[in-house]
Amino acid sequence: MDFLIFQIPILMVQASIDGILLGILFALIAYGMALQWGVMNIINIAQGELVILGGYIAYFMYVIGIHPAFGIIVSPIIMYFVGWSLYKLVINRVVDRDLFISILATFGISILTQQLMNFAFGSDVVIAQSNFGTTMLFNYMVTIPNSKLFAAVVSIIFAILLVLYMRRSKLGRAIRATAQNPRAAKILGVDTEKVYAATFGINAALCGVAGSLIAITFTLHPYVGLPYTVRSFMIVIIAGLGNLPGVALSGMGLGVFEEFSDYIFGTEFRIAAVFLLLVFILVYRRFKLSRKREYLK
Amino acid sequence: MNQKAILYLALLAFGIAVPFMFPAYKLQISIMWILVVLSLTWDVQGGQMGYNTFGNIMFFGLGMYICSSFQIGIFFPLAEWTASGGEKTFIHTPTQFFQGFFIGIIFAGIIPALVAAIIGYGILGLRGHYFAICTLGLAIAAGELAGGIELVGAGQGMTSPPWPKNIGDTELRSEFFYYICFVLMISTFLFLRWAYTTRFGLVLNAIRDNEDKAEAMGINTMRYKISGWVVSAFFVGIAGGLMGNMIGYIEPVETAFAGRTFGVFMVVMAILGGKGTLWGPVIGAIAFHIFKEGFWTFFLGWQYVALGALIVIVVIFFPEGIMGWLREKYPDRFGEVIDEEDRKAQVELK
Repeated sequence: MDFLIFQIPILMVQASIDGILLGILFALIAYGMALQWGVMNIINIAQGELVILGGYIAYFMYVIGIHPAFGIIVSPIIMYFVGWSLYKLVINRVVDRDLFISILATFGISILTQQLMNFAFGSDVVIAQSNFGTTMLFNYMVTIPNSKLFAAVVSIIFAILLVLYMRRSKLGRAIRATAQNPRAAKILGVDTEKVYAATFGINAALCGVAGSLIAITFTLHPYVGLPYTVRSFMIVIIAGLGNLPGVALSGMGLGVFEEFSDYIFGTEFRIAAVFLLLVFILVYRRFKLSRKREYLK
Repeated sequence: MNQKAILYLALLAFGIAVPFMFPAYKLQISIMWILVVLSLTWDVQGGQMGYNTFGNIMFFGLGMYICSSFQIGIFFPLAEWTASGGEKTFIHTPTQFFQGFFIGIIFAGIIPALVAAIIGYGILGLRGHYFAICTLGLAIAAGELAGGIELVGAGQGMTSPPWPKNIGDTELRSEFFYYICFVLMISTFLFLRWAYTTRFGLVLNAIRDNEDKAEAMGINTMRYKISGWVVSAFFVGIAGGLMGNMIGYIEPVETAFAGRTFGVFMVVMAILGGKGTLWGPVIGAIAFHIFKEGFWTFFLGWQYVALGALIVIVVIFFPEGIMGWLREKYPDRFGEVIDEEDRKAQVELK
């Protein structure tokens, strides 16, 4: 096998570091997915579009001359209100219904958002330059853009902040109570409608953070949202709902897998590899469960 | 009964007469019949069986590629054809064209059906939203993979064989494809109409209502689920092969594995018409096609915004579809007898 990555072992270090830094970012998006799935029991196909929209906010700041790194503060604030209004418009009507309804409705939102972003920002691939420089390791064999390090650190900080917020604050407690049993929470005086709106807003805000980090580390394009949705879905089904260390680990695992598949199969098959991995994981779990006469549900 | 026969005959006569009544819209109406086939076959899974799939578009693209590959590959080296791009260095004679076309169409049905049978055991064991997301992933992966295969033109796609030069003009071409599409639509409809009256249809509905119970009653549900998917894949594959020939150009992500257009359309059409009914998908497809063409013509550029909004509105406010609405309004037309006293008693209980 004459794959480049096996001939030059230092590339494995490069791929692993890239993958882990990337995976932390994925884990942040997946955490938002797990939050809304666990609390509201909906699957949001428009998750990736929220990420890209958050990224465009950072890009817009870059265009008007503000350093895009400040996007991690501005973007979640705007995205919180975007998520909140999205909840009030559409999502509150699908919360108590079949999961497929939420999948299809958010699929509609995703198509709509893609096209609106295409109108607003154009269909070019854009990137917000951060000018953070590059770190060289191992005698210039491994290069790490500082923006990726920055992205990973910011993601970890936001994840920790969110965990603290969920543990300590009153709203966090209400969200956890609603996730456990919405009816009991309602009886005990929790305004579940408000909790749902806040949950969706927090999820959108997390997407905003992740998006603005993607804007400075990778590229933005109106139509690349769906892979982010699928990645976060995959991370959540591997880790399970409410398992935060699991989300972080499987996020990193996914990132490393993607980087290695880049070297082995070629970059043009990257998206295909992600989606096939999803199919493979689901089918694998289906066969594992069917031995016990159970099924994924 | 007699009334029904007259209705069917009138529709048949209308379908046959369309190319002469609306000569300018032949291609549009051919595409409408294709859409009817797509929504009817989606309904086998989504409506009758309760397995909401986003993956039927995979068979569409597969059929499209296979049909054109056979049409070309039988007579000429396929790699050279795709490498030459738009400039056609080989020309089919009329005999070659029609032989290739029919062989290609047959394989465009059989191979997707085989694929469905092979992957069915793994995929159809998933349920609910896992099945939906898994098939979505499968369809997108198929498109991305097709965009990486050099033999079928990779990302830039391939052309399907052009209509042979010396046997008539483009009018004859669109009439030919119109009637093939019409026959495909009729045969899909009649086949499903027959299938829903058999044990097969009953089992599909049993799976939708409660799969565990159906299994407990001794039905091998997996066998029926797979056969349902094979039927869908067969007709969708043929529809794909026809579509590839009609538009003349196959692009992996935009036309063949077009998750953003046809893949979503088939779901929306079936739900708009009323899923789980025989006529619903047909009505939904026709209504949707008229809506779509109107929008695509007058508000070009806003079509995806409209599509997204339509999906949200249909799913949230209109999940029963046109047939469900009609059924609510005129229950006696659907053979349902409502006991007024019983209904009143139920209302009082609430």
